[in-house]
Amino acid sequence: MEYPMIEVKDLQTSFRTDTGEIPVVNSVSFHLEPGEVLGIVGESGCGKSVTSLSIMGLVPTNTGKVQGKIQFKGENLATASEARMRKIRGNEIAMIFQEPMTSLNPLFTIGEQLTESLRIHRKWNKKQARARAIEMMKLVGLGRAEALMDEYPHQLSGGMRQRVMIAMAMICEPELLIADEPTTALDVTIQAQILELMKKLNRETNTAIMMITHDLGVVAEMCQRMVVMYAGKIVEEGDVSTVFQSPKHPYTVGLIQSVPDMREKKERLYSIPGQVPKPGSQKLGCQFAPRCTHAMDRCLSEAPPLQPFNNGQKVRCWLYGDGKGADIYDSAISSS
Amino acid sequence: MTQPLVQVENLKMHFPIKGGILGKTVGSVKAVDGISFSIKKGETLGLVGESGCGKSTTGRMILRLLEPSDGTIYFEGRDITKLSTNEMRKTRSEMQMVFQDPFASLNPRHTIGKILEEPLIVHGVKDRQGRKQRVQELLEVVGLSSYHASRYPHQFSGGQRQRIGIARALAINPKLIIADEPVSALDVSIQSQVLNLLQDLQKEYGLTYLFIAHDLGVVRHISDRVGVMYLGQLVEISESEDLYRNPLHPYTQALLSAVPIPDVTYKQERVILQGDVPSPVNPPKGCPFHTRCPKAMEQCSNIRPELKELEQGHHVACHLYD
Repeated sequence: MEYPMIEVKDLQTSFRTDTGEIPVVNSVSFHLEPGEVLGIVGESGCGKSVTSLSIMGLVPTNTGKVQGKIQFKGENLATASEARMRKIRGNEIAMIFQEPMTSLNPLFTIGEQLTESLRIHRKWNKKQARARAIEMMKLVGLGRAEALMDEYPHQLSGGMRQRVMIAMAMICEPELLIADEPTTALDVTIQAQILELMKKLNRETNTAIMMITHDLGVVAEMCQRMVVMYAGKIVEEGDVSTVFQSPKHPYTVGLIQSVPDMREKKERLYSIPGQVPKPGSQKLGCQFAPRCTHAMDRCLSEAPPLQPFNNGQKVRCWLYGDGKGADIYDSAISSS
Repeated sequence: MTQPLVQVENLKMHFPIKGGILGKTVGSVKAVDGISFSIKKGETLGLVGESGCGKSTTGRMILRLLEPSDGTIYFEGRDITKLSTNEMRKTRSEMQMVFQDPFASLNPRHTIGKILEEPLIVHGVKDRQGRKQRVQELLEVVGLSSYHASRYPHQFSGGQRQRIGIARALAINPKLIIADEPVSALDVSIQSQVLNLLQDLQKEYGLTYLFIAHDLGVVRHISDRVGVMYLGQLVEISESEDLYRNPLHPYTQALLSAVPIPDVTYKQERVILQGDVPSPVNPPKGCPFHTRCPKAMEQCSNIRPELKELEQGHHVACHLYD
């Protein structure tokens, strides 16, 4: 039987605090095919980074609890042992972190950090590993790779460090790359270089990419499918073109409209009233209901399920209770 | 012609680099290297550029939070670069700043009431009752409630804190507000709330903004005119519509094309720049951009291009248009 590359089912990650266990990721399910680029979008605190940490098995075990299934090529990572996870991490699943400044070890040279995973996972000798590392650095567009191997992270600029991070993540040819806000800390011209590089790697090595970001522009440019998260839950899922052209959940609609468009000037920006709720603060009903302009009585008492549409789009909203509902995006556009 | 509110001429900021055992000055970081522009009353001038291009330094120099190494700043026709600290403090009641980081720019040990009252005390509002009332007013103006005055900064979210930062800047009815990346730390849905608030306040109080940001979409939305900085120099400045529709400088063109557009049907021609921004300690000779410019010519590496008016109100510093 063919498995998807990764299938997350009813993932629930919660953290223990003084006031009890607080779920940060709440019954999240999605899947990723080989070679696919999936975007996970949401605002701070929506649980997108915790989702990726859960997949990597990096949620601290003393305070965090991961439940549900994370099927990676048929194997459940949620119950895998630490020893097994160590074999998978950096080898089959690799991750790029947001902060290129803090995610490299300042005490080791670039070369030492790049070759580490080859030496551990592949048991290569120093010479082989070094040659491969240099090759990889050239692939990510770092000139003078040989010299850089013996330099320390502080000698590199932000863009170069992020390239090193990508080289490090890609060096064992992982099947899945999780990129958590890979370009947020970078300037736009450097961001363009890095996105171009990730696209190229995806094309050439067929690596599946899970792109976690808050930037809708990055999603539109990079991804084939996208998942929108709000307060720990998936509120909308679908092909990027479908979601951008006919977003269904009021949150997605609001999010798309609140981004100022560089191509034309609007008189006034749309803004979603209120603010993101604290995790665990709201128990009943739809998480978005207090900020939603379309909220009905039912939204406050009953949590809506994620309902599939014929075109593959899935939406968690009572407006589409009977599978149809009004097209709120069109009416929102015409009213603004 | 009416007098501009702010006029900046040949402004420079060179930070000395100390080195050696005697702590001698061994070089300087040319953060801002000779820029000139003006801001008209009631308009919003956007200043864009990548990190390290000197846009924040420029904002701080106008308030004289940093002493410029050279150049002149006129505020309502008056040269403020030579004012004494005392005179400058008085002048600052007309110009205020909104900072980037809403978490770091509010004193965590003071209540919001105290934070908002402070500029009133500094600028000599003696009447205690009047100050209290003004604080209540300010909170309502920025969309908070008067009961928030007794709370501490940690009890607020990022967006609310930025509203408090804006209220503090408004406290003494300034004419000019310098907003240094006021929305870049905020989430998209909160960002649009704060941008709308800034626009409403401008309309209501006739404020003038210098809006410093790296997000080109946000800058276009809020600005009447936009200046683009690269490596301490102003490379292009124009009406915002003009700049976005018809960017002239190759750097502006690359910068605009690099922004990912949240629209799947839109395909853009992208200019990908090679390499990184050079170090401002040792900026390239000639045009600062020539090391990365796809259209660089021979003279670009020797002669620094002057900022010239090419079309009505559209100034650009590039040898392509000589």
